[in-house]
Amino acid sequence: MKYLIIRTAGAMAIGMALGACGDKPQGMGGVRSDSAPYTGVGKSQYQQPGWKAGDKNSWEQQLKVRAQYGQNDYSRVASQ
Amino acid sequence: MARMKFICDAERCIECNGCVTACKNEHEVPWGVNRRRVVTLNDGVPGEKSISVACMHCSDAPCMAVCPVNCFYRTDEGVVLHDKDVCIGCGYCSYACPFGAPQFPSAGTFGVRGKMDKCTFCAGGPEEHGSQAEFEKYGRNRLAEGKLPACAEQCSTKALLAGDGDVVADIFRSRVLRRGKGAEVWGWGTAYGTAQGGAKS
Repeated sequence: MKYLIIRTAGAMAIGMALGACGDKPQGMGGVRSDSAPYTGVGKSQYQQPGWKAGDKNSWEQQLKVRAQYGQNDYSRVASQ
Repeated sequence: MARMKFICDAERCIECNGCVTACKNEHEVPWGVNRRRVVTLNDGVPGEKSISVACMHCSDAPCMAVCPVNCFYRTDEGVVLHDKDVCIGCGYCSYACPFGAPQFPSAGTFGVRGKMDKCTFCAGGPEEHGSQAEFEKYGRNRLAEGKLPACAEQCSTKALLAGDGDVVADIFRSRVLRRGKGAEVWGWGTAYGTAQGGAKS
């Protein structure tokens, strides 16, 4: 019994001593994932109406229409 | 959808710096950091040309290639973003960038160089969309709000175009055809590659 206690204590001491020789992982965490923009910003007063958050097609269409209307002055003049 | 792209029409830019002001206001960019700026060639000489410069969100971004901690990533929409929690502020990206886009705040103690800051195409960063954390680190996420970058949307002469590459290329092409000149799109070949080089939109 006495030997068992000594052996267990010895094993624990060796384990702790070797544990100090270990190294913390130093790998880079990497970039956290970013959700897609078409998922929207949730409930926000800044969310532009006219498209459905989570629907990629409606988001893409919203940006295309907005780009044409807001930046193509030739098409704006023609439509007025 | 094609990839998000900027085009600056040098025939239209009047050096008003409205894009610079809009960007700083929209994202509350700190003093001394300019995500966008206007560069004028032959200033004061008749025929001077101005161009609005920011991150061009390159197809083969050199900043991504040289970053030692790999903090950059490209979204499915072609927007080049970075994680400020990973960035170590070494400045390699600023040496690699042909447009001088990466900015470094120097308001810290002893003017120490802080973490890199750059144009996000108003697409925020790797934080919850619309969150306070995203705003404080990267600015507003207008793309997720269904809007386009503030600099281009408020441009008074519509010199600066932003959005789906196919759409803005069509707008620019129609202008060139109507005015019969000015087909050279500044920065396009450098940032997005050329058709001759086998690059895709």
